[in-house]
Amino acid sequence: MRTSATKRILFFLLMLCIAVPVLFPFLWMLSSSFKTQVDIVAWPPRIIFSPIIDNYIRVFAEQNFLRYFKNSLIVGLCAVGFSLLLGLPAAYSIARFKQKKLSVFILVARLMPGISFLMPWYIIFSRLRLMDSYVALILSHMLIALPIVVWIMSSYFESIPLEMEESAMVDGATRQKAFLSIILPIATPGIVTSITLSFIFSWNNFMFSQVLSMEKTKTLPIAVYNFVSYAEVDWGAVMAAAVAIMTPAIILTMIFQKYVVKGLTMGAVKG
Amino acid sequence: MAKSSFIERHFRIIFPLPAVLFIVVMMLFPVVYTLFLSFTNWNLTSGMPLSLVGFKSYARVLREPRFLEAIGRTFSFTAIAVVVETVLGLAVALLLNREFKGKSMMKLILLLPLVATPVAIGIVWNLFFDPTIGLANYALSLFGLPRAAWVSSARSVIPSLALVDIWQWTPMIALIVLAGLAGLSQEPYESAKVDGANAFQIFRKITLPMISPTLLTAMILRTVDALKTYDIIYAMTGGGPGYSSETLNVMAYKYSFEYFRMGQSSVILVFLFLLVLAFSLGIMALRKRFEL
Repeated sequence: MRTSATKRILFFLLMLCIAVPVLFPFLWMLSSSFKTQVDIVAWPPRIIFSPIIDNYIRVFAEQNFLRYFKNSLIVGLCAVGFSLLLGLPAAYSIARFKQKKLSVFILVARLMPGISFLMPWYIIFSRLRLMDSYVALILSHMLIALPIVVWIMSSYFESIPLEMEESAMVDGATRQKAFLSIILPIATPGIVTSITLSFIFSWNNFMFSQVLSMEKTKTLPIAVYNFVSYAEVDWGAVMAAAVAIMTPAIILTMIFQKYVVKGLTMGAVKG
Repeated sequence: MAKSSFIERHFRIIFPLPAVLFIVVMMLFPVVYTLFLSFTNWNLTSGMPLSLVGFKSYARVLREPRFLEAIGRTFSFTAIAVVVETVLGLAVALLLNREFKGKSMMKLILLLPLVATPVAIGIVWNLFFDPTIGLANYALSLFGLPRAAWVSSARSVIPSLALVDIWQWTPMIALIVLAGLAGLSQEPYESAKVDGANAFQIFRKITLPMISPTLLTAMILRTVDALKTYDIIYAMTGGGPGYSSETLNVMAYKYSFEYFRMGQSSVILVFLFLLVLAFSLGIMALRKRFEL
């Protein structure tokens, strides 16, 4: 009895040893976002302080942060939407006709360094006068979202038994009709997974927007980064900006926790 | 059954076609174009039209010590990060691989770094690493250790950046291995218990061999991503101090968008591209060979 109690306490302490280092940067960021500059630069670091919300006011009222929010949202949602439009049929075809080479071809986009496409894009989009346009940003973010959609959905479609669409096709439905009215509804969990993951990765992307966007279409990661270079050491505002950019992704993750874990781990476990 | 339509007869071409066209235009074409540019001396700021110069740009970049150092740095950053992440990730997964209250909470906690915006993460760590007000030095002082320079000295910048990568991505390996462990058959464990094997023997002889395919895949995914790490490095140091944290990715960015030496930056891109490709293909071949 005693040993099991000690064991449980020991285990609990071990869990703390994992959880605290993981959570600490988030907590420190959150608490710093409510600190005055004086509290932030204090030595030794202050854990107890009187919180202020001025940093958030500065970020949202003075820095036009809501516009960058809107830009990130437009780019993310459009990129995910169009990627589903292209990726779902492709993933279905890959799953049903065992188009292994095709899936490798699309997944190479996941492996390649983004910067190897960025310079040609920069040249081409400049020629087409598409710099600082939503079109260019959405196209570039689709290259992030599409491989995720294909990767997750092709294995999801594989797990759906063939009889599902076969019985419908025996009844006279075309394959595309069976895909739309039978397979897609069953695949909802997989679709939710791919939407969540690809949106988060688009939301967090820094490199593509850094080159392709300027003032009009600037997305949040760039805005946060610029904040540091302009505001120099206004740490409180920078931390408030960091909290603001991470909150949506973290809320999404909390809501769709199971899906996110599945999506991130599935490919590797299947082998 | 009705006569099959055009779509149905060519289904396996029509359905994937839009996605394939998109990838060709947005990925394959740019890669080919970069390859072409690498044989030119094009410089966007010089105003000169581009001309083909054969391997001259390659020769120039290869003679550049900065380039060779960037390659070394890319490798050392990746090696430090992936090795530590694998060891820690495996340990965390083994610890979590049991039923206990709060397991789902632990998984959620592990997910948070994976979905956090790298640029913002980098900035938060810069606050930690700040030489005068940073918590990192405060922690050292609690143990009576002298202050460290972290990302502001050429000697410690790469390990410090790797530390951030380790913080962010160890959970990824842990979660992948945890999912793998959950799928293992329980049979060998029962017979090992009957034979009276101790915990370490069970780990060495049963768990490790059974989990190694999953672990290897997780390592490959991490290696490919670590080789291309950009956001955190650029946001935290911009490749500095000096060039001391400039990896291939950061160097290529600067050559393209700060110096506009498109020919030479294409050479760097070709190398980075080949590096990732060779690594992925090599590992795939190894896996096939040993049937992992």
